[in-house]
Amino acid sequence: MQSLVQTPAPSRAGASPKGGAPTLSLTGISKTFRATRALDDVSLEVRPGEVHGLLGTNGSGKSTLIKILAGYHAPDPGGRLLFNGEEVSLPLAASDFRRLGMSFVHQNLGLLPSLTVLENLRLKQIAVEPHLRINWRAEKAAAQAVLDRYGLDIEQWRRVDELDAVNRALLAIVRAFEEIRETCEVTGKPGLLLLDEPTPFLPEEGVKRLFVLMREIADSGSSVMFISHDIDEVMEITDRATILRDGRVSGSVETKSATHGEMIELIIGRSLAALSDTGPELRSFAPGARFEGLAGPGLPPCDIEVGEGEIVGLTGLIGSGYDRVPYLAFGATPAEAGSLTLGDTRHPLHGMTPARAINEGLALLPGDRDAKSGVPTLSIADNMLLPDISDWFRGLRLRNGAMRKEARRLGEVYEVRPNDPDRPLASLSGGNAQKVLIARWMKRKPKLLMLDEPTQGVDVGTRARIFDALKAEAAEGMSVLCASSDAEQLAHICDRVLVFARGRVVRELRGPEVTKDHITQACYASLETQDRSQK
Amino acid sequence: MTDAPSAAYDEERARIRARRLHLFERYALLLVWALLILGFSLALPNSFLRWGNFSILFASYAPAALLALAIIIPLTSGDYDLSVGAVMTLSSCMIAVLNAWMGLPILLCLLLSVLAGVAVGLFHAFFIVYVRIPSLVVTLGSTSLISGIVQWFTNSSTIGGIDNALIMSVVGGRLFGVPYAFYYAFAAVVVLWYIFDFTPLGRRLLFVGRGREVARLNGIAVEKVRVGALVASSVVASCAGILYAGVLGSADPYSGLNYLLPAFAAAFLGSTTIMPGRFNPWGAMVAVYFLGTGITGLTMLGIPLWVTNVFNGGALILAVAISQFTRGREAPDIG
Repeated sequence: MQSLVQTPAPSRAGASPKGGAPTLSLTGISKTFRATRALDDVSLEVRPGEVHGLLGTNGSGKSTLIKILAGYHAPDPGGRLLFNGEEVSLPLAASDFRRLGMSFVHQNLGLLPSLTVLENLRLKQIAVEPHLRINWRAEKAAAQAVLDRYGLDIEQWRRVDELDAVNRALLAIVRAFEEIRETCEVTGKPGLLLLDEPTPFLPEEGVKRLFVLMREIADSGSSVMFISHDIDEVMEITDRATILRDGRVSGSVETKSATHGEMIELIIGRSLAALSDTGPELRSFAPGARFEGLAGPGLPPCDIEVGEGEIVGLTGLIGSGYDRVPYLAFGATPAEAGSLTLGDTRHPLHGMTPARAINEGLALLPGDRDAKSGVPTLSIADNMLLPDISDWFRGLRLRNGAMRKEARRLGEVYEVRPNDPDRPLASLSGGNAQKVLIARWMKRKPKLLMLDEPTQGVDVGTRARIFDALKAEAAEGMSVLCASSDAEQLAHICDRVLVFARGRVVRELRGPEVTKDHITQACYASLETQDRSQK
Repeated sequence: MTDAPSAAYDEERARIRARRLHLFERYALLLVWALLILGFSLALPNSFLRWGNFSILFASYAPAALLALAIIIPLTSGDYDLSVGAVMTLSSCMIAVLNAWMGLPILLCLLLSVLAGVAVGLFHAFFIVYVRIPSLVVTLGSTSLISGIVQWFTNSSTIGGIDNALIMSVVGGRLFGVPYAFYYAFAAVVVLWYIFDFTPLGRRLLFVGRGREVARLNGIAVEKVRVGALVASSVVASCAGILYAGVLGSADPYSGLNYLLPAFAAAFLGSTTIMPGRFNPWGAMVAVYFLGTGITGLTMLGIPLWVTNVFNGGALILAVAISQFTRGREAPDIG
């Protein structure tokens, strides 16, 4: 990859000398959701021509800040936003982005996969701007000019879903930057491109290409804000970085002069040496479930063991593959290879189906509650008793009354509010719906319960209730695998935590090491240690 | 101190009001039906409100009632079957050709026509479930396909001379003044009601229709359920064809298709009543006879034929709109 931009925009020397007014300047931005303060007096500055990193764990306020910048949330009154020195009133309106020269690329890229590269690139000109007919020849020439300008070797007529992940990401970024460039040519001022986690599913080679493009964009005088979990990537590409923790700015660093350790410290708020070991006591467990060579899309073969009555957490950064394990193990997504040993019997995982998994005593509570876990329009009783519906067929009829009674009893045990089995699941709050779905599996006394983000969108009280239920069942001998990106939650419930990076287990935390800080630190350190071990 | 009891009282009253509203919703269609009958009785004081009228209505709409049942089975599991009208025609014409022209015994003819239904259902299932083509496209295509084949083997003609035994057992006798045909449809409603409400299979159908991925992750064999529903739909449509042949005493390759629209309208209108928000057999049956009453009354008023089409089409759109409102305007399950 040589120079991607053959004709560097002329603005570099003229309109935006480094050190001029910052492209983006935020001061005193706060955001309160009911009782919780997601952002507290956040200020940051992105200078012209710089690549600026934004780092922070889940819950650090990073996504809230991005949503404020995207105009999705209105910040609390009092904060200020200056763009190239010009005061912009908050919340941002959709019309502001074009006018100012701001553009987003979100992780899902926002491309239309079934349309061609040309159509995606010129979407606005083709579909949004009013005209009687499309001048395809002109659109084609314009699109080619764009592709050439950034040295992208992509055929225009290809459907976007035929491109590989790297080219898709490059295309999305180029499209977004083109929008900014148009504005900048008019205003003569630098624009701002925000990239929200564009890298986690890209191969290393692809990430390099992305970085070359980002650097070219910055060299043209505009600024790039790079939001990422990956410290190594942030250190490699950014000039400066702002780190958020618990809703505040914990530090703003010149990337060149910072070390990996310092960055982690800013992210988790403690020096590595000061990490305390306050996790649960180290206990030993009888063998429960053992996965050998479990492999599938995005997950190279791995071995995972869960003891009888043990709660094991699976975690890692976004894209590390930890969240695929439960689905592969359950047959929800077909596994390519591997086996599961439960007790004395060994089951091959290739060809595993959810029906068979349930028969063998497995249970899966997926993360996407409405689409995968329960049907919102059907009743609580039906949702709760779905997997063992056949057991209620007695004397040639489904015992609807008995089912209702059982659902009410379970509702009592798991504190479902309101406890009315006839109500549709959709009438419950997220937390109560989750209790219904947990009750569904718990009542079956599975040997191995697997959960994916079990407390997402769940209130604090319900979280505690769910944790208690998990611990109580584990104490009775149920094995639990819990995939989650929430270090605090894992620290609460887990006896052991496996940390994934690039699809592999890179770190195992046991007993006293299972603390929120240790888990977070292990997630962020993982790539570095792995890179070292590869070299 | 007085707050708590009064709050509880208010809540109780709100509950009672909600229950009343629900009760009204469940039986609103029956009420509208009664009003419709009343209206026609006033407009046609000497002719409409006669038992003979209703007796014919009950018999002649029995095939349509079966068609509506055939439609709600795959609708519940999330697939459309537009071909039921064509399958009904296929079945009645097969009976006529095999029996009247080729002289096969009537029972064998009935068996073959049901088997044809099974074959059509499997054909649909192959393209819908395994090739993953939208059900709307497949069944729309097969409607034309089947209609063409029927026209071919009947020479596009009406065929009379079907074994009298069939005609006698469909409209040859009456029970409580209503021809047998009605009771066949009634029996089918009871069977389907039992399956929908009192068997695990009914719940599985419902979960497959409302949340395919949820059903799969809870161990339901989603594809088998969908195949089964599509085959059942075609088989019930074949049975509708048997009734249709019995009611008419003959078969023709065209008239059966006219029942598709009222049957669809009834399926959706039926989902607004008895068990609002769900496709349900009792609702479908009530809706069929409601629409039948409307058409009969309009015909007796001497309204021209085109009004029937307007009535059927308008009823379908209105029925779907009402069913959408009763479900709080959430997105429909079937895409």
